[in-house]
Amino acid sequence: MSEQETEAGLAESLLRRAAPDRAEFEDLVIVPIFAVVVALVLGALTMLATNVDLPTIGKSYLALVQGSVGSLNALSETLTAAAPLTLAGLGIALGFRAGLFNIGAEGQLLVGGMAAVITGFSFPGLPMAIHLPLALLAGAVAGGLYAGIAGWLRAATGAHEVILTIMLNLIAFRLVDYMLRLPWVQREGRADPISRSVLTSAELPRIFTWLDPNLRLHLGIVLTLAAVLLVHWVLFRTKLGFEFRASGAGPDAARYAGMRAGLLIVIVMAFAGALAGLAGANQVLGVLGRATPGFSSGIGFDAIAVALLGRSHPWGVLAAGLLFGALEAGGRQMQVSAGVSLDLIGIIQALIIAFIAAPLLVRAIFPWGFRRAAKAPKE
Amino acid sequence: MTAMPDTPDTPARPARRLDTAKLRQARVAGWVLMGLAVMVALVFARDSAGTAVFRLSRPNDPLALPDLVVAAAPYNYFAAALLAFLGARQFMRGGMRWTSLSLGLGLFIAVTAFLVWATAGKAFSLTGMLQATVVRAVPIALGGLAGVLSERVAVVNIAIEGMLLAGAFTGALIGSLLGGWGGLAAAVAMGGVFGFILAALVVTYRVDQIIAGVVINLFVLGVTSYVSSQVYQEHRFLNNAPVFAPVKIPLLGDLPVIGPVLFNQNLFVYGAMVMVAVATYYLFHTRYGLRARAVGEHPRAADTLGINVYRTRYINVTIAGMVAGFGGAWFTLGSVGRFDENMTGGRGYIGLAAMIFGRWHPVGALAAALVFGFADSLQQKLALLQTPIPSEFLAMAPYIATIVLVAGLVGRARPPAADGQPYIKE
Repeated sequence: MSEQETEAGLAESLLRRAAPDRAEFEDLVIVPIFAVVVALVLGALTMLATNVDLPTIGKSYLALVQGSVGSLNALSETLTAAAPLTLAGLGIALGFRAGLFNIGAEGQLLVGGMAAVITGFSFPGLPMAIHLPLALLAGAVAGGLYAGIAGWLRAATGAHEVILTIMLNLIAFRLVDYMLRLPWVQREGRADPISRSVLTSAELPRIFTWLDPNLRLHLGIVLTLAAVLLVHWVLFRTKLGFEFRASGAGPDAARYAGMRAGLLIVIVMAFAGALAGLAGANQVLGVLGRATPGFSSGIGFDAIAVALLGRSHPWGVLAAGLLFGALEAGGRQMQVSAGVSLDLIGIIQALIIAFIAAPLLVRAIFPWGFRRAAKAPKE
Repeated sequence: MTAMPDTPDTPARPARRLDTAKLRQARVAGWVLMGLAVMVALVFARDSAGTAVFRLSRPNDPLALPDLVVAAAPYNYFAAALLAFLGARQFMRGGMRWTSLSLGLGLFIAVTAFLVWATAGKAFSLTGMLQATVVRAVPIALGGLAGVLSERVAVVNIAIEGMLLAGAFTGALIGSLLGGWGGLAAAVAMGGVFGFILAALVVTYRVDQIIAGVVINLFVLGVTSYVSSQVYQEHRFLNNAPVFAPVKIPLLGDLPVIGPVLFNQNLFVYGAMVMVAVATYYLFHTRYGLRARAVGEHPRAADTLGINVYRTRYINVTIAGMVAGFGGAWFTLGSVGRFDENMTGGRGYIGLAAMIFGRWHPVGALAAALVFGFADSLQQKLALLQTPIPSEFLAMAPYIATIVLVAGLVGRARPPAADGQPYIKE
């Protein structure tokens, strides 16, 4: 690539930043809409292929809509499912921004959740104003420390964070299995691995019971919104966030500019782990009330998809978390009222990400609706 | 080892400076070995009483070996002494040259000491455990091999997990309809399809490689779980495949210990061994392998020399998918004949770790897979022996060992230079 070309590219990118043109609008708005529509159509085709008749397909998509946004209860379920996805997704997005692929949200979520549960049942008689923040803090700190191990090893030895976090996930699963059988954690009189219940003073209170006592939405959603604002502020308004983004965009340049790459990796991982741990705490203190083996139920892996879908931007992650929460809540309704397996949602989610991650693919499938792609995007 | 004369007293200054990292490594390894020695002496040796009996043959084997009887406490004190010696050796002059070897030997000794301690006063079928080790290593080794084949052309393959799952699912479905061989062929083909899709996504559509892998994993998990809960519940005959029985190789299969472990296994074990050998030959001894590695190290240079980078990546990643599909069929056609939701349970990710652990080499990946398989079967067998160590911690051991090893005790493994980067032809 000649120097002139680079200069032209630079000028172009500066211009684009000053005035977002149509290509950007297409990427941010049209591609996601296409992705969702195509994924739903392909989901319908999957149902057809597995011998589900047309009226049932219609009924199941109707149930999907009703179960996610169709009623007050549906909205509450959507938001309840969205909260942990968004929290863990924010952590992963932070990692992406700093050029780290943190596949370990699942393990951090488990460790954070365990810490929150243990804190949650351990201090009877504590007032809620102290007990609840303490349990949340325990979750965040445990998740942060657990992810910090991976960050520290990455920084100190250069070991790949993907392998480290995968291994830490597997270790966390076994660790939770082990802890749930410890006499001071396991519920009295039970032989199966299940923890004691979180005390009322550490539960995240439900916030809309005054509208309808069945609404499960709890304080965690407020926490989630606060986390979105916090991450946005850190990423775009602080020196630390600038350093995160700089070391993600150009690690060498960041190092020459005097940023301490190793320290940054540890901080980013710990921050991400704290958010994932908070997501775990949110689940056990707000929804489950106790811990069982595998209580994370794949949230940490779905959160990777949420972060990708949200383009690693806090508001994008929130939107993606809401979409995935809606699919989750609607999927449950779909299973109940149309008898179509919840696993269909997994297919639809995967397809949405595939199309969003591959704008070139969407353009290849739908040549209309887009300005002709004159040239391949520069990497 | 080589014909080079041993010249220990000629290192120049720069060489010595370069060696500080290695020296530190040697020191760390020394401390690790010393720690192991203390642990073996204090925990394993002091606690052991009586003798440990290891059964090597079953009573009706043609060439039966007598049981291996070890006096537990003396053996463990001996093991501790040996470990202490290896550890001390690290701190002496020239210790750094022995780091990897000492550490490997030391871990092996520590494992045997642990086994002797756990079996003290009881009897334990060593051959049975080794046989289980090989069986459990198969999917991990094939997953690792799939990783090696695609990462050697610089395509990061997180999708191994999904490919294994797709192979398992297709093997069960088609195997139920057409029989075992049909199922196996279909599983291999389905793995190839996902390999091709991965290649298409990352090479042609330039999706981020890790994202593409995650997408494939999610998609396969979604589709297979959906079909098994939507269709298999009603039509159970679709999920009832035949299982490949072990085939005993004449003569070799009658050998004691080695016979049952290596030569009386099913198709998948032999297949994995053959594939590792073929892949090693292909990658390092043929011109196509050389081209593939060139594409992984420096695609632009390879392109300049007239190698078609895109086509090389497509072909190798597709083959990698086929290998993973074969490994996936192990889960259904090689063991239970039935598909369950998410039955691979993260084996693909462990295969990925085996690849890195094995330094992007097929034989290394196989060796690492055997380590994981050993830990896996050890944990199963030890549950029977009722040791005071919780089985969850034994299950963690291989993962902790991987972290320790990946974190650089054995030296930093180097991935192919262009790994993970898309290539855009000018």
